[in-house]
Amino acid sequence: MSDLISKTAAKLSAMLAAGEVSSVEVTQAFIDRTEAVEERVKAFNSCDKSWALAQAEASDKRRAAGQASGPLDGIPVALKDIIAVKDQPLTCSSRMLENFVSPYDAHVTELLKAQGAVLWGRLNMDEFAMGSSTENSAFQTSRNPWNLDCVPGGSSGGSAACVAALEAPLSIGSDTGGSIRQPAAFCGVVGMKPTYGLVSRFGLVAFASSLDQFGPFSRTVEDAAMLLQGIVGHDDRDSTSFKAEVPDYRAALTQKQGPWKIGVPSEYFAKGLDPEIKAAVEDAIKFYESEGCAIEEISLKMTEYALPVYYILATAEASSNLGRYDGIRYTHRAKNAEDAIDLYYKSRAEGFGPEVKRRIILGTYVLSSGYYDAYYLRAQKVRTLIREEFMQVFQNVDAILTPTTPTPSFKRGEKADPLSMYLNDIYTINVNLAGLPAISVPCGFTSSKLPIGLQLIGKPFAEADMLAMAHRYEQAHTWKDAVAAL
Amino acid sequence: MPSDKIDIDYVAKLARLDLSEEEKQTFTAQLGDILGYVDKLSDVDVSGVEPMAHAFPLENVLDEDEPREPLTVVEALRNAPAQRDNQIVVPKVVEDA
Repeated sequence: MSDLISKTAAKLSAMLAAGEVSSVEVTQAFIDRTEAVEERVKAFNSCDKSWALAQAEASDKRRAAGQASGPLDGIPVALKDIIAVKDQPLTCSSRMLENFVSPYDAHVTELLKAQGAVLWGRLNMDEFAMGSSTENSAFQTSRNPWNLDCVPGGSSGGSAACVAALEAPLSIGSDTGGSIRQPAAFCGVVGMKPTYGLVSRFGLVAFASSLDQFGPFSRTVEDAAMLLQGIVGHDDRDSTSFKAEVPDYRAALTQKQGPWKIGVPSEYFAKGLDPEIKAAVEDAIKFYESEGCAIEEISLKMTEYALPVYYILATAEASSNLGRYDGIRYTHRAKNAEDAIDLYYKSRAEGFGPEVKRRIILGTYVLSSGYYDAYYLRAQKVRTLIREEFMQVFQNVDAILTPTTPTPSFKRGEKADPLSMYLNDIYTINVNLAGLPAISVPCGFTSSKLPIGLQLIGKPFAEADMLAMAHRYEQAHTWKDAVAAL
Repeated sequence: MPSDKIDIDYVAKLARLDLSEEEKQTFTAQLGDILGYVDKLSDVDVSGVEPMAHAFPLENVLDEDEPREPLTVVEALRNAPAQRDNQIVVPKVVEDA
């Protein structure tokens, strides 16, 4: 195996800039790696190798002409199969969109293309981003590179697995309730959900629009900073896109020195937390303390309500968003429909998998006449209280430190009951409800060699601080050097 | 909070979703569990609390009324399951006169 694939994106970027390697060589190395391991990892729904190499060639030409456009130029970036790339498949791992080819680029895609990134492959996910294991994909279940019997997490499981398996140095996922951070924790890589509104959602297939957000996966925090820098920016086509001043995230890694005041919420260390994860996260707390950070025990009493609020609001939004899949305009269409209405019923029945149907039914129910006030409106009010509690806590601390997940990765098929699967997201979900930025960074392994993730939650638009804090921890530990044996 | 069992046929109709008998049974039981779980929200005192649709206050964003290049018809229809003469073919929706 080429040693190029084990290098970070930052290192590859420096090598490209110094003329020590070409983008074609780098891209070919990741293609070769993918061909060698993909049968076991199953991270990708599809890969357009010749297009990747063509982009790499174009990058090398730009560089030769002295027109390289920045640190991402020539670096392969793999994309979750929920991100629109013109003329590429866009399936959301659903039969409904099995043959869909995107007619336009997402804003994120436009930005990455403009910076010369080599867009590489379509990554598997839970259907329409609904799930925590990729088992809800209509096509395949991705594997956890650390233990092929275990799931990579979800919904962005392919995005995490491909980075952990060295099939790409960087990838993009989306996070509605933990769908970047949970798989990052399960696969031992870095994953970040930015503040709601920092990255345009234009071209992100909608699941729950008030919660969805794009974010980076990488093997190091510096690489996450580099990729995040490449995808932020205001976009008129997303009415929730913020016009925020964007700092230099990579420079912030060393400029921002703390010491930070870190809140540790007791509710996240209660019943249900795996003891090995608890111990690893407590070691991380000790590390920050030894670095001069003040550690404060805090209380987030609304935590227990986050999951119920999420499963009302997210399913309600999903039932509305997924109304567009009608069998008429651009989706799967049932063959034997009697009339137009029957066409809707049958196309949707054939096109959607069980979890998507379950959530559409739940979302439709909580929005239906007679139940709206009791479920949807009440959940929106509790969401206000959850956000207010976070903002209250943030008057006193710079960041909140928690485990990313209550348990390490689990075996395929182990969580058949939907509710037990939902409980996986118990530490990540309220971050989406409050719209906050959060990062998951590797913080150890269980005795059975499954990765553990540490979550740092920040104030709105405090990405630079979160990255700097995570970087500080990462640089003092060796977890980032561990590579899954495949 | 209402604790009635979901009327699965009614909700499936609202969602325009055909469900098999097996799906109806499974979903009714599973959604009953989920609704039982979310019922804990009735413990929260929400009197005087404003509902929140988004994490941050949003303002209407208004564009200048300027023409832009739309997708071409060919691009817009490239994923249509059936098309003819630059239009999407659908089952007949009006009765013969």
